[in-house]
Amino acid sequence: MSDATTNDDERIKEMSGLRRAMIRPELGGMVGTVAVFTFFLLFAFDSGMFSAQGVMNWSVVSAQFMIIAVGACLLMIAGEFDLSVGSMIGFAGMMIAVFSITLGWPMWMAIIVTFVICIAFGALNGFIVVRTGLPSFIVTLATLFILRGFTIFIPQTLERKTIIGGIREAAEGDWLAPIFGGKILTGFFQWLGDMGVIGVFTRGNLEGKPVVDGIPMLIVWALGLVVFGHIVLTRTRFGNWIFAAGGDAQAARYAGVPVDRVKIMMFMFTAFVATVFATSQVMEFGSAGSDRGVLKEFEAIIAVVIGGALLTGGYGSVVGAALGALIFGVVQQGLFFANVESSLFRVFLGVILLFAVILNTYIRRMITGER
Amino acid sequence: MTDPIIRMQGIEKHFGSVIALAGVTVDFYPGECHCLLGDNGAGKSTFIKTMSGVHKPTKGTIEFEGQKMDFADPRDAIAAGIATVYQDLAMIPLMSVSRNFFMGNEPTKKIAGISFFDHEHANEVTMSEMRKMGINLRGPDQAVGTLSGGERQTVAIARAVHFGAKVLILDEPTSALGVRQTANVLATVDKVRKQGIAVVFITHNVRHAMAVGDRFTVLNRGKTFGTAARGEITPEQLQDMMAGGEELATLEGSLGGTV
Repeated sequence: MSDATTNDDERIKEMSGLRRAMIRPELGGMVGTVAVFTFFLLFAFDSGMFSAQGVMNWSVVSAQFMIIAVGACLLMIAGEFDLSVGSMIGFAGMMIAVFSITLGWPMWMAIIVTFVICIAFGALNGFIVVRTGLPSFIVTLATLFILRGFTIFIPQTLERKTIIGGIREAAEGDWLAPIFGGKILTGFFQWLGDMGVIGVFTRGNLEGKPVVDGIPMLIVWALGLVVFGHIVLTRTRFGNWIFAAGGDAQAARYAGVPVDRVKIMMFMFTAFVATVFATSQVMEFGSAGSDRGVLKEFEAIIAVVIGGALLTGGYGSVVGAALGALIFGVVQQGLFFANVESSLFRVFLGVILLFAVILNTYIRRMITGER
Repeated sequence: MTDPIIRMQGIEKHFGSVIALAGVTVDFYPGECHCLLGDNGAGKSTFIKTMSGVHKPTKGTIEFEGQKMDFADPRDAIAAGIATVYQDLAMIPLMSVSRNFFMGNEPTKKIAGISFFDHEHANEVTMSEMRKMGINLRGPDQAVGTLSGGERQTVAIARAVHFGAKVLILDEPTSALGVRQTANVLATVDKVRKQGIAVVFITHNVRHAMAVGDRFTVLNRGKTFGTAARGEITPEQLQDMMAGGEELATLEGSLGGTV
């Protein structure tokens, strides 16, 4: 035993570079991103998908997926699911509409109160999961129905309709609303248009304006959340606790990690990003509808799994999840640009999900040395 | 002789109508490996969980370094210097050795007023500690899942020692291991003991106990049969006490002394 301290162990094989790359969770997402872009560059280059407008189109869709994927990713690594994300999006949007339109509150107050309510629901999800020890699958499935029910019941009772509009007008001049619905770098894009780098409208009341007039705050939120999530996960002690809580909650507890607190906070964060999504959407559409956000929870989970996270927790990457969201957005919009029947998108989704899960399981075996 | 670091006096633990421990008194000394033997259901686990703050004793007192202790939860015990290494729950396989090593004790450094996980420091310490324990890692980012059971126990022990454990409780560290790995873990126990740490070694394997033990306490049906120092007792006697005496003697006759 003593001489083994200096010599290298002959039983440990040098790890090949490929193998080393394979166990990085982002690998699947990177390969997928390259494959998807190659495919569309080859087969749909002329479709307008890579014009300024086209790029903005799939960037916005990808950014939407990214926002909820960051929350779902951290929560999944912490060992839990949240199936109520979609309902939470619908609920949050409706709350903003009810507060600002029906009750006539100032927009900033409606937004802040909505955030507080939704994060409280997230905390409740987490609290119930942690206290009862029930699978989060079941607990959040219940929340899915409860929130969706309220999202339909409340506007029907108050307004006798399920879509509440007029939000854009109500947000006019508000200081908080532009943080979710505004655009940045508008001057820069105007300049690009003037310089002829990107196209400008030649007719109508937008004449002289560039076809893409700025970066929507939605994209800024998405990138900001990805960077934030990535740093928290990989560079802070809290990130280590997230991995530990999902890897083996009991072992983590024995080592002094406050597992329950970590899990509840991740549920709250998931609710937070769902509300960010909802607020941006409501500002963009100018209305809130009872059916908003349906199936979003699964789209978030699929993006996270494509991004290399394990459904069982303890392993994954925010950057991977962001790439998963990008693949998602590019393919969905790309098929539209390429004039492919949109129902085929679902087929693609199912196939890629299956592949990702199989790949992840294989990688997990490689990391843990199981055979 | 030095004073005991922990005195467990008249410890009783009842779970409802079940009496798991019926008055156990044991002293543990620094720099010694104290083996706690007993068959399944003898109360070993309950006893160590009482020591490590998981259970509160129904009756009896725990003295740690001459002071009466009252642990509210395991964190209190860890803070006082009582570390427990559980058989399967020591490590998280999907996480790297370095992340596991510092789990719950992450080193941080401040950059612009925000605390970040100091990976550089963590990796350095992990590599040097592992080298001391005779484990060669490809790198600090190697996942614990690639280590053998014995190596995982060793990492857990090294972790406890690094974070200032004065008392190290090992819950059946060798029961799931092969011969070679067992030898490695026992060698680690010996190293730790020489650093002046009190080791509490729970096992039901008399041979493993005899290999490293300085003192032996046998638990049977929630009671102790007293403590014997090394040389005062033979493996056969220990075996008999664990099994409750006569029955095994009879059984042994029919099995030709193989038990």
